[in-house]
Amino acid sequence: MSVRVLKPGLLGTLQDRGRPGHAAIGVGRAGAMDLPAWRLANALVGNRGNEAALECTLLGPTLRFERATWIAITGAPIAARAGDTDLPTWTACWLPAGSVLQLGRMAAGCRSYLAVRGGFDVAAVLGSRSSDLHAGLGRALQTGDTLPVGNAASSAAPANHPHALPWRLDPRPWFDFAQTPLMLLPGSHHAQLDEVSRQALHTGTFRVASDSNRTASRLDGARLQLCAPLELISEATLPGTMQLPPSGQPIVLMAEAPVTGGYPRIGQLAAADLPRLAQRRPGDPVCFRRGTLEQAADRLRRREHALDALYRQIARRLQHDGLLLA
Amino acid sequence: MPADAIQFEPLAEDALLLRFGDRIEPVLNDRVHAAVAALRDLPSLECVPAYASVLLRFAPAAWQGDEAASAHQRVERAARIALETRHAPAGAGRIHEIPVCYGGPHGPDLHELAQHLGLSGTVVVARHVGVDYRVAMLGFAPGFPYLLGLDPTLAMPRRRDPRTRVPAGSVAIGGAQTGIYPAELPGGWHLIGRTPLRLFDADASEPSLLAAGDRVRFRAIDAEEFADLDAARHR
Repeated sequence: MSVRVLKPGLLGTLQDRGRPGHAAIGVGRAGAMDLPAWRLANALVGNRGNEAALECTLLGPTLRFERATWIAITGAPIAARAGDTDLPTWTACWLPAGSVLQLGRMAAGCRSYLAVRGGFDVAAVLGSRSSDLHAGLGRALQTGDTLPVGNAASSAAPANHPHALPWRLDPRPWFDFAQTPLMLLPGSHHAQLDEVSRQALHTGTFRVASDSNRTASRLDGARLQLCAPLELISEATLPGTMQLPPSGQPIVLMAEAPVTGGYPRIGQLAAADLPRLAQRRPGDPVCFRRGTLEQAADRLRRREHALDALYRQIARRLQHDGLLLA
Repeated sequence: MPADAIQFEPLAEDALLLRFGDRIEPVLNDRVHAAVAALRDLPSLECVPAYASVLLRFAPAAWQGDEAASAHQRVERAARIALETRHAPAGAGRIHEIPVCYGGPHGPDLHELAQHLGLSGTVVVARHVGVDYRVAMLGFAPGFPYLLGLDPTLAMPRRRDPRTRVPAGSVAIGGAQTGIYPAELPGGWHLIGRTPLRLFDADASEPSLLAAGDRVRFRAIDAEEFADLDAARHR
């Protein structure tokens, strides 16, 4: 089974949970920018592991499915059609063999996930199928690519036309439609920001700059300044680390964060808010409110619990519907 | 190793930084490698060494905190105990001999660097091959080594306009540091030579030729030997 890329869209990459354990040799984690959305897309097609899904950016691809299969689309709201049937998102959809799936523009947000039953089965590199464009591992989707799909048991075709399950997930807990303020923890050099900059960081509105990507979200807005320049040596950096380069434009490192860096570290985004920032597109507003490590850890724990619970609920429903052999 | 001289800084929900100092100094970097040797067997933990710090990235679920102690406190306690009790030899690290063809098309900036320093190209090469280096850390790109030990008379500020493409294998000087570009990358360091060795191969069982803590010695080769070694690698 394979999927043929007829049009690649703006930027499509295969992503799984990422590539932990190799930072010491300079290889970052990469992985899906919006991990909960990635995980729920997989859950909806009955994938139970670390299957790779397609992360689309702003404008989705057009794909032809060689064989009938189940797919699911989550993340940023996106128009999806198979032939002349509009497909819902946040549910599983059956596509007959030969279907051409057209993903359009995202109505809001920046990244949608397309999971397919069995997962996209490209060769794993260092234990992961994630593309890491920054590190030169994997690459973006191109016209004419053939994406292999893993074998997974499926029930017999329920229909010979595209067709969705009668229920869908409520996307609201998993997509930040209101673009709420993000929680920022003070970083190692936060205290060295001058008074005006500190004020601007916590009360001002920034906008995602157009040169943002999977490596970093760059923030237009107030230029921030330190009381005095700092000479720093390189230390490890993480997704969510907010750095302040000499330009004064803060940048937040994202999934393809380099493993080390030498810019002042003025903040750390709460991990539960990383997917929210990942979903802000160039021009979208970003505000920060101050939080503590305890609050951030607590929010992350609660989100993981909610995600685990929903994951189990989806598995039960799929089994009950008898449509997927989970 | 006394753990009291170490600064522990929680960086994120799953990350704790151990800082030994804030300068690029061999003695601080030695402590980094000794710490990694002592900490590497702790479960559910990834160590990321840098010049004078080690990042511990842990699985929060495995180090789950409770009312008595947070996950960070648990990791810090385990790290302190490991550092004080496990005297794993930091090891001198493996020694790698890296053949380098200096100057010419492989080292397009050698001439300019020598001129800037008021030295001849031959003297620059002699001083570059004349010492052993320590791999302080890997970063910037997969397999990119930051090497400690550059003769201070060879230091030169980075280029004003970085190149968008530096060929893989380029050996370069940037400020007081020297390093090797493992792949074709953008870069602002001065290119003084090039090695035919492959520093990073994601499909190999050990993807990076060098590990933090290893030692590196350069050997000058001519263009002919470069071509032979390069051809042998691609055969």
